[in-house]
Amino acid sequence: MKFDKRIIAMVGVAAMLVPLAACGGGSNGSANGGGKTSILVWSWEPTLPATVKGFEKANPDITVKVTNAGTNKKEYTALNNAMSSGKGAPDIAQIEYYALPEYVIRNNVANLSDMGASGYKSFYTPGTWNSVNINGGVYALPMDSGPMALFYNKEVFDKAGISQPPTTWDEFYEDAKKVKATGNYITSDSGDAGFFDSMTWQAGATPFSTSKDGKTVSINLTSDQKVKKWIDFEQKLIDEDLIDTKTPGWSDDWNKGLDDGSIASLLTGAWMPNNLLSGAPDASGKWRVAPMPTWEQGGKENSENGGSSLAVIKSKDNAKTTAAYKFIDYVCHNKEGIKTRVDAGAFPADNNTLSSKDFLDMTTLKDSKGQPNEYFGGQKFNQVLSDAAKNVVSGYKFLPFEVYARGIYSDDAGAAFTDKKTTLEKGVATWQSHLVDYAKKQGYTVKQ
Amino acid sequence: MSDMNAASKRSADADLKAFESAAKRKERVRQKQVLKDEAAERKRSAQSGFSNPANPRRSMLLTLVTGIFAVYCLFPFVYLAINATKTQGDFTSTFGLGFGHTFALWNNLREVFTYQDGIFGRWLLNTILYVIIGAGGATLLAIMGGYALAKFHFPGRKAVFAIVIGAISVPGIALAVPQFLLFAKLGLTDTPWAMILPSLISPFGLYLMWIFSEQAVPTELLEAAHVDGASEFRTFFTIALPLLAPGIVTTALFTIVATWNNYFLPLIMLKEPAWYPLTIGLNQWKDQASTAGGQTIQNLVITGSLVTIIPLVIAFLLLQKYWQSGLAAGAVKE
Repeated sequence: MKFDKRIIAMVGVAAMLVPLAACGGGSNGSANGGGKTSILVWSWEPTLPATVKGFEKANPDITVKVTNAGTNKKEYTALNNAMSSGKGAPDIAQIEYYALPEYVIRNNVANLSDMGASGYKSFYTPGTWNSVNINGGVYALPMDSGPMALFYNKEVFDKAGISQPPTTWDEFYEDAKKVKATGNYITSDSGDAGFFDSMTWQAGATPFSTSKDGKTVSINLTSDQKVKKWIDFEQKLIDEDLIDTKTPGWSDDWNKGLDDGSIASLLTGAWMPNNLLSGAPDASGKWRVAPMPTWEQGGKENSENGGSSLAVIKSKDNAKTTAAYKFIDYVCHNKEGIKTRVDAGAFPADNNTLSSKDFLDMTTLKDSKGQPNEYFGGQKFNQVLSDAAKNVVSGYKFLPFEVYARGIYSDDAGAAFTDKKTTLEKGVATWQSHLVDYAKKQGYTVKQ
Repeated sequence: MSDMNAASKRSADADLKAFESAAKRKERVRQKQVLKDEAAERKRSAQSGFSNPANPRRSMLLTLVTGIFAVYCLFPFVYLAINATKTQGDFTSTFGLGFGHTFALWNNLREVFTYQDGIFGRWLLNTILYVIIGAGGATLLAIMGGYALAKFHFPGRKAVFAIVIGAISVPGIALAVPQFLLFAKLGLTDTPWAMILPSLISPFGLYLMWIFSEQAVPTELLEAAHVDGASEFRTFFTIALPLLAPGIVTTALFTIVATWNNYFLPLIMLKEPAWYPLTIGLNQWKDQASTAGGQTIQNLVITGSLVTIIPLVIAFLLLQKYWQSGLAAGAVKE
């Protein structure tokens, strides 16, 4: 009897291993089968998978597999691992604008200029086109964008006696005091490098640049007066306890703050609406969107926060590269592909969609069950966000090791926010010196 | 006739009930007496300085400390159980240890298993697969290896001992990156093998089974089996294996828990969500809240976590006596 049981168990194990082996072989996702080219995409953007169906219909000889990479940082880590082990890299990767220069300099992504992308300049917003154009080549196509805007909780602002959202940073400071008097904070910042970049960008600063040959980097955080302008302003808000420096962005507490009004506004990218809807569902109807406050009365200048592109990973397989380009062209340049994503809640990077009537007249977001939700109280929010996209100042450059730089920002400058042991100016100076050290170690010539 | 029957049955039932309640009363009285006697014994032992291990003296302080510790350990579980009943809205807006406005547990459970085309079910099956083949294989290898090392004398045994002890002291995380590079060379990353093969190795399990085999299987018994003509395999499977049962359960529990909870290995090995175990899958759901345009589904993350730990809780409750006896193995020389 015992012997029989053992045989059954062994047969069971063997039976489980057979499909396992079969699946193991098939899950590479890169094998050519039946004359079809299959391409693998890594991304974390939630609306991208929906475009596959339409693309495969139009291109029956290509199959696309989109793998959810989880988050940006996880994808970059995985990409770097794959690059260094020489195996397992995808054919297409979602890469944020700030991270793209890094992959261009490391020669990981293909130049798309000759494949037809060089003529797309007028198709995209200046900010996004500027970001994928590196050293005269086009290394990715913009898939979405994040022009900055002021998202605010009107109920809290009303209670604080603020009838119009602030249009200048001076007004923002005054309003911050009024919001504080109601027991809430106007916004939160616990040391976010992306926010630092966006705010200094809007102030007109250009602290980073890389020479055309990719050998010389300039890092001017401490000497750029426009960086200082923002640092001084933020320091004033920190010193007078006018912003919440204790609640880390994207945490559950942060969502709670947005939900109950204790964080009354956000200065962030235009992709925020759907995050607000799912993260702070109870505040539906209370929030509104306004243009970013500016430094001078009547100013319009704006910057970007976040936003991603799709890049083709370099490969010796020409058929794959061509197929991969076809897919990113469908997602980022084809009317139908863009519409699929915008309908699912993405914020586009192309001028046509940004000025289309359907897009501008939108008053609702779609919730997880597909039901329309007037999160912004019936406001035509895309009109504000579309303008915001047009006013992005061009000329801002990211570091060629921006992912690393952002990773250490909170170590260096975070203490200025969280326990106020140092000032933001000192923190940024430490950041500067660490970045210079790192750049030198990487073999760059550094200009300060 | 039937009336009579029914009547007599009723009276028999009443008799039975009366008898039962009398027995219960008696038992209660007896229990009271036992408690009284035990209290008296504790009092006597406190005065005389002797104590009975079966009826130890009570300590307020120890009770308090263990009580606090129990609360501390159960706290996350209670948090999980409470928050699994909330909607996403209630989760962000209501107090963490209080219930929400609506009771959404059933709804959450349904959504956990249907969200993204039911990928949670796939993750659950993946985890079970990794546990059955990975942890099951590790247990089997540990039993056979441990038994062989305990009962066979061959040159190099000491060296094996040193290597096993050394392997225990190297944390698995330290080996993860070399393992990744190795598996990448073999083209095995992103396949279930990347999860299963490293899980098959359990130096601690091997060590445990080695020590356990030495103590629990008398060499004389094996000799007797050999004299009777049993082959080496037959001796192992029919004589040694039953004797090793408590050790096997302990090793199995260790490897099952380690594989079920494994996080770092699948994190670097697997990129394909269809092969994720629960740990990585839940983390991916959690991360959705912090990506631009991503949907916040903390209610599903919490409910999913609760579902994830239930099988482990059941395994512990059913097997805890083996777990204890395994841990105490070798504590007393008999």
